[in-house]
Amino acid sequence: MDADHIEQTAPHIAMTDAGWRAPGAGEQPATGSVSLAVLGSGGAGSMRAGEILLEVAAEAGFFGLMTRSMGPQIRGGEAAALLRLSTAPVSSPDDHFDLLIALDWGNFAGFAAELPLAPGSLVLTDPAEGEVPATVLASGARIAQLPLKELARKVANGRTNMVALGAAAALIGLPAELVVAVLASQFGRKGEAVLAASAAALRLGAEAATGLPAVPRLGAPRQDGAARWNISGNQATGLGALKGGVKFVAAYPITPATEVLEWLAPALEKTGGRLVQAEDELAAINMTIGASFAGTPSLTATSGPGLALMVEALGLAVASETPLVVVDVMRGGPSTGIPTKSEQTDLNIAVYGLHGDAPHLVLAPNAVGDCLSTAHWAVSLAETLQTPAIVLSDQALGQSRAILAPPAPLPATAPRLTPVPDQVEYNRYAVTESGVSPMAIPGMPGTAYVADGLEHTERGTPSAQAAAHQTQLDKRARKLDGFDFGARWADLEGEGDIALITWGSVTGPAREAAERARARGQRVRLISLRLLLPAQPEKMHAALAGVRRALVVEQSHGRQFHKYLRSFYDLPAEVAVIARPGPLPIRPAEILERLAAWESVR
Amino acid sequence: MNDMAVLTASDFKSDTKPIWCPGCGDFSVLTALTKALAELARPREQVALISGIGCSSRIPAYTRVYGLHGVHGRALAVAAGVKLANPDLTVIAAGGDGDGLSIGGNHFLHACRRNVDMTYVLMDNQVYGMTKGQASPTTAPEWCESKLTPHGTGVSPVAPLHLALASGVNFFARGFAGKPNELAALILAGIAHPGFSVIHVLSPCVTFRPEQRGWKSVVHASDAPPASDPAEALARYAGDDGFTTGILYQADRAPFLPAHTSDLTAEDFAAGFAVRGGEMAAVADRGQA
Ligand SMILES: Cc1ncc(C[n+]2csc(CCOP(=O)(O)OP(=O)(O)O)c2C)c(N)n1
Ligand code: SF4
Ligand SMILES: [Mg+2]
Repeated sequence: MDADHIEQTAPHIAMTDAGWRAPGAGEQPATGSVSLAVLGSGGAGSMRAGEILLEVAAEAGFFGLMTRSMGPQIRGGEAAALLRLSTAPVSSPDDHFDLLIALDWGNFAGFAAELPLAPGSLVLTDPAEGEVPATVLASGARIAQLPLKELARKVANGRTNMVALGAAAALIGLPAELVVAVLASQFGRKGEAVLAASAAALRLGAEAATGLPAVPRLGAPRQDGAARWNISGNQATGLGALKGGVKFVAAYPITPATEVLEWLAPALEKTGGRLVQAEDELAAINMTIGASFAGTPSLTATSGPGLALMVEALGLAVASETPLVVVDVMRGGPSTGIPTKSEQTDLNIAVYGLHGDAPHLVLAPNAVGDCLSTAHWAVSLAETLQTPAIVLSDQALGQSRAILAPPAPLPATAPRLTPVPDQVEYNRYAVTESGVSPMAIPGMPGTAYVADGLEHTERGTPSAQAAAHQTQLDKRARKLDGFDFGARWADLEGEGDIALITWGSVTGPAREAAERARARGQRVRLISLRLLLPAQPEKMHAALAGVRRALVVEQSHGRQFHKYLRSFYDLPAEVAVIARPGPLPIRPAEILERLAAWESVR
Repeated sequence: MNDMAVLTASDFKSDTKPIWCPGCGDFSVLTALTKALAELARPREQVALISGIGCSSRIPAYTRVYGLHGVHGRALAVAAGVKLANPDLTVIAAGGDGDGLSIGGNHFLHACRRNVDMTYVLMDNQVYGMTKGQASPTTAPEWCESKLTPHGTGVSPVAPLHLALASGVNFFARGFAGKPNELAALILAGIAHPGFSVIHVLSPCVTFRPEQRGWKSVVHASDAPPASDPAEALARYAGDDGFTTGILYQADRAPFLPAHTSDLTAEDFAAGFAVRGGEMAAVADRGQA
């Protein structure tokens, strides 16, 4: 690159740092992490720039998390790639962004609230894209101009998102050559012209960055040689299902769960399984029941509206004791709600939505990587306990991409308990001590039976008698109540008389808040529930031993998690709740602030 | 017992006493079905009989094959899942006109389109028997005997044959419960025919539609070979009175069964997520230098 460009671009770089001050205590980003947002109208390429940057960080040895904020439009709406890159594993957004690059401000109002800035933040704006929005100016962030369009025009087929990518990488300390290498690996031989254009554009961006005000740079990456993955939560869920042994999936597309299904389609095809696109969620869940009845570990994935359609059949799965997994990647509700953004509000329907007394499993991953482990665990538990499992993921996990250490593998799913063949009288629903009865699979000789949603005798014959109902209800409850779910039921971290109780994607910020609180001397423990049903009162009792105050953190307007905790567990006398609906993520500082109120009253 | 010995129809009947009213057409459907299964001569464990909810949907419990008695309207979805998970099984779905054409109507048209290799025994009595006599989608608009629609439904009935043809069905036969031997032959032909086969059975509800006892004098066998082109079939049966029995339509669309291989394992897919590191880190070092 010749010096020419720098001279031409440098005059455009103006800095308005009137409001800047050194970040105060508690405002510093967590050690070794940098947060940045690339935003623009849909199609401008902000997501692509974000994904490349994440991969570059991964190749350089960093950890990272990229969440997405998207409007409802299929094309052309607002889109922002929200990244946090770090020298240590990261599962939470930071309190604010260190760097914000606007490809344009076209749809900024659509997600302004999701992009908190601080006076130390740097905002890069293209003078060709008009005024910086007032809300951005009001944040006190430093504003600098970066003529993205003008620079892009200097390169044949140059794109502004590549200029932005080059500038962002340079500012946070990622070498341009590594960005080019990552791009080259993606385009392969075919895309040499595109690669050349992209490389030239991003070099221009990198050079322009030398004249820009500084933002925090990433520290030295861990050079431990340990393996890292670059994976989204929805992909991790799909992989977990596969590892758990799922061989049949019925699919009906719905945002933000579709990627689970799309990832599984080719994976099942090559691993001896099958995916079928159903006509609706009623068909999807019932196909899943049929496939499982036929002996195949089966799954379907959906979001709230689809789960609502599936609950009748979930009752059938409970009564007929048919194992299956339903993954619900939650979004804002009720009704069509906010399809593209996260919320933790299907907890009620998952826990209480079934008709009749219907013991079933409800699990929730609490990090992107945990989507894999929890999906695997759900398959395993459903198969062992012959009951449906609902897995509550959410958009913030499912559509986020993380650089992480590969999740520790779970033991392979045990084969179903099956009967000895050729029985004189096979009792499919035989009363056993564990409550789990040997389940015959079509094809096994001498054990044909009818799986029934009607209440039935041990043999499976429909019965309306009180004794049969009582016996089978007891048996189905006993299966779950008597099972030892081990340590995986919750993540328990730290000691102290204050407990942060949370679940799902909000665990990331809660965990970080707990860490920061400990760093400033407060003794805080974290309890993140992974197993929501069946409740584990004894384990919770032990987890809460010595706790005087609890702070419940959840992303729901109706305090669904708090009410859930109240209905299944004894909480300490003093309980505070941070409950906010989506789509705004809960950030560590908010939790920390609430904890600080307890710090003084010791 | 491994079912290799020759089985008779009664070997396919269970000892569970049906809840059906004396004289219900469904008894004869059970007779025809078990006869067809005996003639099919597959071991009992290789057959799965799937149903929804209704008087007619009770049928699995009265047989000795594997069965699933599910929720109202979803038999075809469950059955497709069974077949796609284990294509070696002979899969039969059964149920009523309410189950299959009202609450489950959407699944009916998509089952016709999808063409999974299974057979659907649709037991049509033009009424909801189990809930004590309401109009179904096949009930004539002027039928006034239901407390829900005392002035008749005022709604046009659906013709299963036309609905199936419009949806791309691969095989459609109509039988009458009063002629169980003929019905058995139709069920057997449906099972033998690859793809989705509908056996539309006129099965009287003697309790809520006693006039259906008269069906035996109005059914008439088709005298033409089955149609094989949907347009031709729609034209031929445009004026059908709904009582023509026999194989009415037979096409040769390939059954739906997504192909798969077992070339890869979950670990192979996991490997795809690994960050490459090595080679590219070298580039990074050069870049930083
Ligand atoms: C979701 C649901 N809605 C309603 C019912 C009540 N119900 C049971 S059977 C039935 C209609 C059955 O009619 P059909 O399928 O024609 O069977 P038939 O009894 O006539 O053989 C209805 C409405 C139910 N069991 N489940
Ligand atoms: S109500 Fe009608 S359909 Fe039901 S068992 Fe009686 S006769 Fe048969
Ligand atoms: Mg009926």
